[in-house]
Amino acid sequence: MIVTRLVPLAATLTALLLALVAAGCGDEKSETSSAPPVTNIAMTPELTAAVDDYREYVADQADDLVQRTTEFAEAVKNDDIDEAKRLFAYARAPFETIEPVAGSFGDLDPRIDSRENDAVEEQDWTGFHRIEKALWVDGSTDGMDEVADTLVDDVKELQTQAKTVELTPVDMAAGATDLLGEVSKGKITGEEDRYSHTDLYDFQANVDGSKQVFVLLKPILEQNNPQLADEISQEFDDVYAALGDYKRGDGYVSYTELTDADTKKLSQSIDALAEPLSQLAANLQS
Amino acid sequence: MSITRKRFLVGAGLVGGGIAVGGVRGLLAADEAGADDGTGHIAFHGTHQAGILTPQQDRLHFAAFDLTTSNVKEVRDLMRAWTEAAAAMTAGALVGSDTWQPTAPPDDTGEALGLLPNRLTITFGFGPSLFRADGEDRFGLARRMPPALKPLPDLPGDEIDRAISHGDLCVQACSDDPQAAFHAVRNLARIARGVAVLRWSQLGFGRTSSTSQNQQTPRNLMGFKDGTNNITAEESDAVHRKHVWADSGDGADWMHDGSYMVTRRIRMLIEVWDRASLADQEQTIGRLKASGAPIGGSGEHDDPDFKAKDDKGMPLIPDAAHVRIASPDNNRGIRMLRRGYSFTDGFDDQLGQLDAGLFFIAYQRNPHKQFVPVQRRLGANDQLNEYIVHRSSGLFAVPPGIPDRPGRFIGDSLLN
Ligand code: HEM
Repeated sequence: MIVTRLVPLAATLTALLLALVAAGCGDEKSETSSAPPVTNIAMTPELTAAVDDYREYVADQADDLVQRTTEFAEAVKNDDIDEAKRLFAYARAPFETIEPVAGSFGDLDPRIDSRENDAVEEQDWTGFHRIEKALWVDGSTDGMDEVADTLVDDVKELQTQAKTVELTPVDMAAGATDLLGEVSKGKITGEEDRYSHTDLYDFQANVDGSKQVFVLLKPILEQNNPQLADEISQEFDDVYAALGDYKRGDGYVSYTELTDADTKKLSQSIDALAEPLSQLAANLQS
Repeated sequence: MSITRKRFLVGAGLVGGGIAVGGVRGLLAADEAGADDGTGHIAFHGTHQAGILTPQQDRLHFAAFDLTTSNVKEVRDLMRAWTEAAAAMTAGALVGSDTWQPTAPPDDTGEALGLLPNRLTITFGFGPSLFRADGEDRFGLARRMPPALKPLPDLPGDEIDRAISHGDLCVQACSDDPQAAFHAVRNLARIARGVAVLRWSQLGFGRTSSTSQNQQTPRNLMGFKDGTNNITAEESDAVHRKHVWADSGDGADWMHDGSYMVTRRIRMLIEVWDRASLADQEQTIGRLKASGAPIGGSGEHDDPDFKAKDDKGMPLIPDAAHVRIASPDNNRGIRMLRRGYSFTDGFDDQLGQLDAGLFFIAYQRNPHKQFVPVQRRLGANDQLNEYIVHRSSGLFAVPPGIPDRPGRFIGDSLLN
């Protein structure tokens, strides 16, 4: 809970008066005193190091993605449906850990990750979910060789771009919250992997990616707002504990096994984490 | 003051100038804070929580929460934070800091910016499960559980869905502006994240009671005047103490000047009701549809005559009529303060019918001596049962109000 966020009412009045002064008092319409939105913060050696480490993480994930996607594509092209199904969630995971970064590379994200209804013409539909449908719905890899090759090309391009990506600490922190938004929007509803029902694998990958950002920025946060750092750590633990209930063997149960009560609990645990995490960016400077 | 001021200034400097908001709306609200005439602002602080005997507003957003923490200190912090936010919102101020920073989500979600509170009241309650759930004393509060908060028994005709019933905590937000009520629940839910989660919630779009003699009696979705014979603010303190306010002698000191809230989401079978003849409808309620007068009377506020017979010797107000069974005359003087709302949740896809009815809310000194015996008789005999189903049920202890003093928060008499 964000108790620390609340400022006593007196502060409201102070702020109000200052706002009026800034707005030129008499101006009835003006409700805000606008300052240019500043989303950059002054870099410190700690922040620079965190960004460098994160870029390395992104590059590593992209390398993994290429390697795993290549394995997956081989299975598809060998017509080995069982093996391809087995590799599907595994191959996607590194993509899901860095999705917000991948999303910044033009149309690479849609090429790799669109779902059937994501406004592409049927014949232009490529990527993981196109193959997912072939494997689970059609039970056939007919016509998938080319899609598999394109997918490998696309993740390789992502790998190249990942090596030169420009990032600020604020982008990093925002990405951590965005990853949880991905969970709330797609994974918790079963929309993402609607044929394979492997949504919980993606769920974990999104949370892992978010956690990585937090881990790298945590030492800085601990100096600026230790209470917030503790709270976020605790909430990450709670999310992993909630997710742990659905582990089976190396992986997770099918999304179809979740009851409404299960998804409600998972969804609310993500909200409980995302709320304090959304304060991370504003707490990176002392 | 100096600390908060410093925090503001430092906060502003930090990002090269945050955006200060508040402006016109905040000032208007502050001006109006002195007015207690119902034009916009109802005092949050007082002997009793607002939202009970204060004039009933047109809109409701009700929400029940479950605590996810097992630490009573966090419950205390939550009530403290909720109190602070509720005091701000009911006064038309923003939640939290007015300095919005580009890199963080604003403390207040913003949709009430520029709106008056429109008589917003925020009323908090504690469910039985806060004290004991599945036999477990979760927060060390079990011995302070009021006898009146014992869970409600199963009642005749109940078809209660647990998923939309009960809860550890509740928030009743009422306003004449639905957005002000929604804003309240949304921001309280946000503040609670990590400590409590929403369990269920209900919107109401029109009041089905009056709590003041200065208010017109509204109509419920059956088209009948509802709230005619309700407890009103103008009645004497003795009446309120007898029927509405809990007393320290009732078994829980900390509830003195509080009250107990019962909620029931009652689905109306609108389609069935609409095919009932006017005479059937009036005999079901025991009052006339157009005027609201009791059958046999002529004015809305005429006393019903339960002894009157028609020319065949049958009771004019039938034995199974709702008002006959519910009337204090036939319940050894039992009364309660009704404060319900009409609701619709749109369309019932399973049945292909409108999903609408009455979200019944009643405040009383002891539900086991007031709501329960009356509902037991209604559930068994009321003619209205052909047209309604009780689908959700809630019982909450609503602690007393608090003075506007630093350190005080709603529920402190229990949690401190
Ligand atoms: C959908 C359900 C219900 C409808 C449509 C309904 C409707 C009405 C109407 C039209 C009246 C007459 C006007 C008035 O005095 O307010 C009334 C009175 C009353 N109702 Fe209900 N009611 C409902 C449920 C309940 C429940 C669940 C209770 C409590 C257990 C209750 C208790 C009362 C009481 C105490 C009165 C006042 C009787 C008197 O003093 O004459 N009602 N109701």
